[in-house]
Amino acid sequence: MTTGEPGQPRTDRSPWNWLLVLPVVLPLLTFLFNADEPRLFGFPLFYWLQIAFIAVGVTCTTIVYRMTK
Amino acid sequence: MSGHTTELVVFVVLFLAVTVMGFVAARWRRPESIDSLHEWGLGGRSFGSWITWFLVGGDLYTAYTFVAVPALVFGAGALGFYALPYTVVVYPLVFLVLTRMWSVSHVHGFVTPADFVRARFGSPTLALAVAITGLVATMPYIALQLVGIEAVLKSMGITGHLPIVIAFAILAAYTYQSGLRAPALIAFVKDALIYIVILVAVIYIPAKLGGWGSIFDAAAQKFAATPAKGDGITLNATNQLQYVTLAFGSALALFLYPHSLTGVLASKNRNVIKRNMSALPAYSLVLGLIALLGYMAIAAGTKPVVGANGRPDANTIVPRLFDQVFPDWFTGVAYAAIGIGALVPAAIMSIAAANLFTRNIYREYLNKDATDAQEAKVSKIVSLVVKVGAVLCILLLDPQFSIDLQLIGGVIILQTLPSVALGLYTRWFHRGGLLAGWALGLAVGMWMLYLIPNPANGKAHFGGSAFGLASLGFDTTMTVYAGFLALIVNLVVAVLGTLAFRAFKVADGPDATRREHYFVDEGDPRVKDLDLTGSH
Repeated sequence: MTTGEPGQPRTDRSPWNWLLVLPVVLPLLTFLFNADEPRLFGFPLFYWLQIAFIAVGVTCTTIVYRMTK
Repeated sequence: MSGHTTELVVFVVLFLAVTVMGFVAARWRRPESIDSLHEWGLGGRSFGSWITWFLVGGDLYTAYTFVAVPALVFGAGALGFYALPYTVVVYPLVFLVLTRMWSVSHVHGFVTPADFVRARFGSPTLALAVAITGLVATMPYIALQLVGIEAVLKSMGITGHLPIVIAFAILAAYTYQSGLRAPALIAFVKDALIYIVILVAVIYIPAKLGGWGSIFDAAAQKFAATPAKGDGITLNATNQLQYVTLAFGSALALFLYPHSLTGVLASKNRNVIKRNMSALPAYSLVLGLIALLGYMAIAAGTKPVVGANGRPDANTIVPRLFDQVFPDWFTGVAYAAIGIGALVPAAIMSIAAANLFTRNIYREYLNKDATDAQEAKVSKIVSLVVKVGAVLCILLLDPQFSIDLQLIGGVIILQTLPSVALGLYTRWFHRGGLLAGWALGLAVGMWMLYLIPNPANGKAHFGGSAFGLASLGFDTTMTVYAGFLALIVNLVVAVLGTLAFRAFKVADGPDATRREHYFVDEGDPRVKDLDLTGSH
């Protein structure tokens, strides 16, 4: 490995990156949301909880972006 | 047709307005010369967060998606909602991968995933495999955008193929003229229209149908009454694994498509990409709501248009729903949103396909000393050829053929994952092992798709992507996404192949990239190098 430019990052490793695992895994765990009840504004759990996972994804990616930029 | 005059007028006016924009785009953020492939194909690589957001969003969430996802929800229920977890999972999944791809591409002047593979593994053959896979996967995708426009036209009572030919001729002309700038600019209009339509739809339609609760109840009732076991407003034992593997497999595949990468590489720096990974899920929310239009159609008692073959065309369900509940002028706006929504991805896909051909086939095998101007010229012509090919696909072949091909496309593009995505992380794999894994993954994927019947339309083969584990001898009704299984086979073969090639000391290709190339950012002197001929 030769020397890189000074001031340039040599890696994208960061403990914050682990936060990205959460929104990848959460929406794939069907047992969490595969039910009709409880409903929210008429939406069965299956739909409102998965829509809520969008917010989890946005939060996690935003935090990782801010902490690693 | 007389009942659709207002809709038609609004549709045509908006469509024409967008056409003018497409041609004006050549002057927008104009570079000194558009005659190099980087300028034409990648828009000069200078797009900031906002443009990237519109461009990538307009690229990934296509007209076909807007038509097909609710059609699937209408027909099968919860399984069709896989599009939501799919688009939630994808961004955190590719967050780090895409920034690495951006850096290494900007150091070496890569325009396509195959360019990267060529340099990373020193194998033109592997690069050719990746390029052809990308081309084969992208072509039917472009044709499907036409299916989206056709669904809208059918609902306005317009049959025949002439309007589609005109629409694509216009598209071809302004992409030829303006390159990536055209879709980037049009994406603003497309998204504005889509957001307005969906916002109105999710407030107005449920209010008319007695609220969300009764919409879901109506859907549940319909599915309970059908003999099919796989449907319902929640998942069951048969399709739960399919739901998860389909969402995850689709997420893995999305950014392997060459056209997704085109939008990403056109961004200004690494932070633009990272910021977009948290901003793009806004489209996921819209997509989730669009999917639920399928249930609204059930509750409203919407019937799809019956096609020339006597079978109902499920893809017309959303246009029919709009026609049924909205006033005519707003239906016109909604139709225009879908129609224009087809143009953006079709333009970007044809540019990406053209780049693949030019860089990885033309320059690699046909004209090794091609100049920048020659490359740009070939690319522009191929982009035209690709669009003509897409139109011919729809005119000459059964549209079902394009849908089948697109299904196959998702499965085969996944087979480039070990070379492209894992290649960004590790050089451990041997080029021979990767090639063997790719070939076997393809073979297994095609075999599984061939075995899948579709009882709904009586097809014996290529009837879907849900592979029954019973076919492998398991005593179960569970199904899995065929692409996912094929990828596992691919990975196993790539690992075993690599070990075998190493054991027999078969020569491996040189790696033209260095570790630090994967992390450089805008402002680094190495990033400025856009010299095409100096990339290898």
